[in-house]
Amino acid sequence: MTDWDPSKPILEIENLSISFFTRLREIPAVMDFSCTVMPGEAMGLVGESGCGKSTVALAVMRDLGKNGRITGGSIRFKGRDLTQMNDDELRQIRGSEIAMIYQEPMASLNPAMRIGDQLAEVPIIHQNMARDAALKLARQIVADVRLPDPDRILRAYPHQLSGGQQQRIVIAMALMAKPALLILDEPTTALDVTVEAGIVDLVKDLGTKYGTSMLFISHNLGLILDVCDRLCVMYSGEAVETGNVREVFDQMRHPYTQALFRSIPLPGADKNSHPLIAIPGNFPLPHERPPGCNFGPRCDYFRDGLCNAADIPMDAVPGHDRHATRCLRWTDIDWDAPAKLGRVTEKLPRGRLVLRMDDLRKYYEVSSGAFGGGAAKVVKANESLSFEAHENETLAIVGESGCGKSTFAKVLMGLETATSGQIMLFDENVQDTPIQARNTDTVSKLQMVFQNPFDTLNPSMTVGRQIIRALEIFQKGTSDAEREAMMLTLLDMVKLPRAFAERMPRQLSGGQKQRVGIARAFAGGAKVVVADEPVSALDVSVQAAVTDLLMDIQRENHTTLLFISHDLSIVRYLSDRVMVMYLGHVVELGTTDQVFSPPYHPYTEALLSAVPIADTRVKKRRIVLEGDIPSAMNPPPGCPFQTRCRWKSQVPGNLCETVLPPVQVLAGGHQIKCHLSSDELARMEPVITIAAE
Amino acid sequence: MLAFLLRRVGVMLLTALALSFIVFCLTNLAPNLEKLARTEGSVRMSDEAVASWIENNGHGGSMVMRYGQWLGVVPGWVRTDDKGVTRGRCLAEGADPASAPRFCGILQGDWGTSTVFREPVIDTISDKLASTGWLMLWVMLVMVPVSLIIGVLSGMREGSRTDRVLSTFSIATTATPEYVSGVILVVLFASATTGISPILAEWGWIEGRTLFLGTATSAMDQITFWNFALPVMTIALYGIGYIARMTRASMTEVMTQQYIRTARLKGVSFSQVILKHALRNALIAPFTVIMLQFPWLLNGVVIVETLFNYKGFGWTLVQAAGNNDIQLLLACSVVAVFVVLVTQLISDIGYVFLNPRIRLS
Repeated sequence: MTDWDPSKPILEIENLSISFFTRLREIPAVMDFSCTVMPGEAMGLVGESGCGKSTVALAVMRDLGKNGRITGGSIRFKGRDLTQMNDDELRQIRGSEIAMIYQEPMASLNPAMRIGDQLAEVPIIHQNMARDAALKLARQIVADVRLPDPDRILRAYPHQLSGGQQQRIVIAMALMAKPALLILDEPTTALDVTVEAGIVDLVKDLGTKYGTSMLFISHNLGLILDVCDRLCVMYSGEAVETGNVREVFDQMRHPYTQALFRSIPLPGADKNSHPLIAIPGNFPLPHERPPGCNFGPRCDYFRDGLCNAADIPMDAVPGHDRHATRCLRWTDIDWDAPAKLGRVTEKLPRGRLVLRMDDLRKYYEVSSGAFGGGAAKVVKANESLSFEAHENETLAIVGESGCGKSTFAKVLMGLETATSGQIMLFDENVQDTPIQARNTDTVSKLQMVFQNPFDTLNPSMTVGRQIIRALEIFQKGTSDAEREAMMLTLLDMVKLPRAFAERMPRQLSGGQKQRVGIARAFAGGAKVVVADEPVSALDVSVQAAVTDLLMDIQRENHTTLLFISHDLSIVRYLSDRVMVMYLGHVVELGTTDQVFSPPYHPYTEALLSAVPIADTRVKKRRIVLEGDIPSAMNPPPGCPFQTRCRWKSQVPGNLCETVLPPVQVLAGGHQIKCHLSSDELARMEPVITIAAE
Repeated sequence: MLAFLLRRVGVMLLTALALSFIVFCLTNLAPNLEKLARTEGSVRMSDEAVASWIENNGHGGSMVMRYGQWLGVVPGWVRTDDKGVTRGRCLAEGADPASAPRFCGILQGDWGTSTVFREPVIDTISDKLASTGWLMLWVMLVMVPVSLIIGVLSGMREGSRTDRVLSTFSIATTATPEYVSGVILVVLFASATTGISPILAEWGWIEGRTLFLGTATSAMDQITFWNFALPVMTIALYGIGYIARMTRASMTEVMTQQYIRTARLKGVSFSQVILKHALRNALIAPFTVIMLQFPWLLNGVVIVETLFNYKGFGWTLVQAAGNNDIQLLLACSVVAVFVVLVTQLISDIGYVFLNPRIRLS
């Protein structure tokens, strides 16, 4: 590699085309893709699922599998064309010059091999290092990725580490050979926000420390803004816009990029006065792409005869830093024109009380030890949960994995029964009634929309049949014909074409499946709907549409919506009140404005700071939580958050370590479970400030 | 671990008790006893004589009491006949009734006497079990490595030519029952008139008339390649195909896992990916299957030992069943029950060690 000049690009992809070959046809996955990564630069690849961003990454690694083939173009790494290399040459580059970090850390570590051996393997292969020396290096790198107790970690198996620790190990593995280029494929998607913030910080620091170039793949625009210098927006196999991150964010020159930004909930968006603008239509399937511009059919600026005439080349934006767009009309469009405002609606008044939880607790008993036995432990999944929910209201339940939000939903639905406490649904006590014992009326009044639309529909039953089945169970309608009609009305309600009744779930896209899920939940005229992360498995452009649909149905039916989510942006956008949970406790409860502005609970403060926001005007105070969420099996004594709290020193004595904080009720019924005095709470500064334009 | 073992052993004992009781009931049904009376006494006995023979030889009374005696928790029967001779379950021929033990069931180590072999069952069983042990050992030594190699080779590149060839082979062998493959092997390799033996004999490449021996009786005294290869191969072929299919399925699944991609993109060479990363994970599932093969082998040896006239456990079982040898049949089933239960216990424990994630409870 001596003939490589460090002022030249480290990675140069030119007119790359990749296709997958099936028995039926050739499916082009990436077309005419070009991008350049300079040394030390972080390049972001953004796009929705299926746009080909991961395919590009795998093509750089030359690991497209049996069916994938590079059909054109070149990938030059340090001046050498990777597409021309044979297996041996590739093997020398993989892991030593180019390393990759993956989306799911648990799946990418070998479950039957100790962490130390997996790390040490890299220098053993690439530098012929002795095992002892390799392990020593591994220990040093593990310390570098800020993992506590490196010796213990090296001896551990992957399943003994938490998700965040596993991802640090994957990063450590990538860094073992000090690669020149690091490819990160959605490295934090599977992690919690506060853990994600730590990983992002680490990646940025390491990038600076080792001078590594990065190719950062994500669907999260906020994250790209945080990490990258440049980005490349992809749509349906093509790069549609590329340039400096700030220029693309502030002066986008492609309609897709603009539409994408308008469909994500940024601070300032509000479900009533500033609703999100969803991108109309659906993502084209790889073999059904339109002629000309792929985005054409969904584009507001589409002009027949021009946009669908021929393939569109990238066009440089003059005066900008290597900014280019794949749009023929970008010079004609008034980019500063404000977005057409969506349908503005009135906020509905809060109705009667429909759900009240009083000191609800749910404990589980588990045993440890490989052969059963061992000491039985109590997992306190929910601790003294008390709140009320009213008609027309959206109550968001926010928290990271393991905070007990799903357990709460299970208890409410009757899939589990409460250990103690009360749940009043309308005027009925349901805490001890499992779902089998609830009457049809209660069951149909209380329904759930699930997180993963791909798993919740029966794959061998038509969509219409599944909705009719729900109607039958809820004892709605007297005849088959009547139920059929009701089913069609439900399809109308979720804005699906009536023809979809005959389709099988596999013929539907993720957003469409979620609409079916919503139709099913509302089949019995549900009054309380628990939506468990209903949009987190969906793409951004679809998220907005599904969220809007939920809001519309709520307005019509006066539904109480319990919206479980870890995504604070969407919570701020659509909820009326927010409940923040940590390790089974409600740490903060208040209206959306109360929770999103000071005074905060220290955990809420950190959570808000951790959420990446795709807006260059937003200034954030950076608060990174140390360590992981403690296990619910072994919660810390006193305040559950005391192990990670940065305000702990402000509380006199060892109150935080010993005493569970009381609930302080502040002005406006805002509840905070914290030992901090009201003076100190009042002195808190906002985490997010929006600079004036 | 200890608590788990104790619990499992407890369950095992209970299962063994229940199963042996069922077998005891089935072998001690009235027609069986009648047949026994006629073979032991005289074929031309009157029905009354049969009844009294049954009564006098301790086969009367309730099934549970007789089972208790066999087990050794109920005192053995003692009866003094018209001639003043006292006989009993625990009394040897001509022994003093006063000094004889009261209990003599399998708990006391008394497994009864075989009516076919005219010797204590315990001797027959241990003798034959040893012979079968050798057969099983060789079967395992051939079957396990061969099948794992075939499975790994075909699973590591799914759909390749190697995969198709090896998969065809393993499906063919596992689809062929022992009584078919045994006959085919004998015809091919151990017949003086068909297969390859006559040709080889004509060319003068072999001394005897057949390449392999068609019977394994001589292997009882000394095992050689020529007298043992065919019975071993007959049993092993079936298992090879079966385990190879399981290993292949497990291997193909492992090869699609992300950690294999991680290893590949670390720059690990293909052979090392297989050996260091895929193999251990791929062997977890076949391990259970291999342990399940032990009980299955007990089944296989019945056919093969009869076919090759090898006097082992399976052959004994056939003899016992064919000749209404109740005590021997009972002993055989107890042995079989224990082989099944012990191998399953080993399989569960081994599983925990192979797979660091697993927790049994």
